[in-house]
Amino acid sequence: MNIKVNGNEQKIDREYTVKELLDVLNVKMKEYVTVQLNDEILSRNDFDKIIVKDGDTVEFLYYMGGGSK
Amino acid sequence: MNFSNEQLERYSRHIILKEVGAKGQQKILNSKVLIVGTGGLGAPAAMYLAAAGVGTIGLVDYDKVDLSNLQRQIIHRTKDIGKDKVISGKETINEMNPDVNVITYHEWISSKNIIDIINDKDYDFIIDGTDNFPAKFLINDACVLIKKPFSHAGIIRFEGQTMTYVPGEGPCYRCVFQDPPPKDAVPTCKQAGVLGVMGGIIGTIQATEALKYILGVGELLTGYLLTFDALKMEFRKIKISKRKSCQVCGAHPSIKELIDYAGPQCDLKEDHK
Repeated sequence: MNIKVNGNEQKIDREYTVKELLDVLNVKMKEYVTVQLNDEILSRNDFDKIIVKDGDTVEFLYYMGGGSK
Repeated sequence: MNFSNEQLERYSRHIILKEVGAKGQQKILNSKVLIVGTGGLGAPAAMYLAAAGVGTIGLVDYDKVDLSNLQRQIIHRTKDIGKDKVISGKETINEMNPDVNVITYHEWISSKNIIDIINDKDYDFIIDGTDNFPAKFLINDACVLIKKPFSHAGIIRFEGQTMTYVPGEGPCYRCVFQDPPPKDAVPTCKQAGVLGVMGGIIGTIQATEALKYILGVGELLTGYLLTFDALKMEFRKIKISKRKSCQVCGAHPSIKELIDYAGPQCDLKEDHK
């Protein structure tokens, strides 16, 4: 099945929970990444409940500090 | 409108724009922008806003200019090393444009002073140019609670991000990033490095958002997170939504008072011993 990850089409072999997907895709900083699934920002508590399905759009959003200093 | 001849010439490239005009330039001259942090992001933002003629610019920073700042914090010069950043910033702005009244706040922001600082001159727009998450969440929560628009941004290595919050019009920073990450979980520029130009690119976008907000033109980055990858030279404008469960702007907010998260302020002070 195909999903869109941060703007890029990606093939995955089956449906996964968000928590599993973080491992499957080897997402960096998975403890702290924000996940938006089809325009909805997910609560971290729901990562093991929500299933990513064929055609879904996933955005991994990262903390970025920097600036002063 | 009472422009001097010098002002007519100084701002002529603005005034000729139909989206600005004499009326818009007057709005800019009457506007007040608060810039928190006069570092990588705040320096270029402050300089472009000063050049544009923003009438009142507030600068907040407790830090002093350090040699390692000068690779990117272009409002400060080699001669300014050791000087308070807000003073160095004010001096540069005064040299650039005598129309700008610079107000300096030589303090660390906290739950105790941030709202007073914003209310001091009833700033129209706030630019978050800070380098740490306790400050970023503090600015977000303060702006949500007292209904002020602000621009968030962050930079690290070859990457940057920015979004604009306008009260009642879209998600806040906390909608996207629910809580600050644990200390040291996310690297700082000091630990990971940053290409000096990143602050110029992203800080200038923040200044652009401030000017668009003041002028009431175009579309702001409300409801979008703009990310920039300099290595790929790729911008992405990611649509983001309000989170119903957001602790500060959601349906049932739990945050009604500002929170002081443990920040790297101690580390900063250590550096200057």
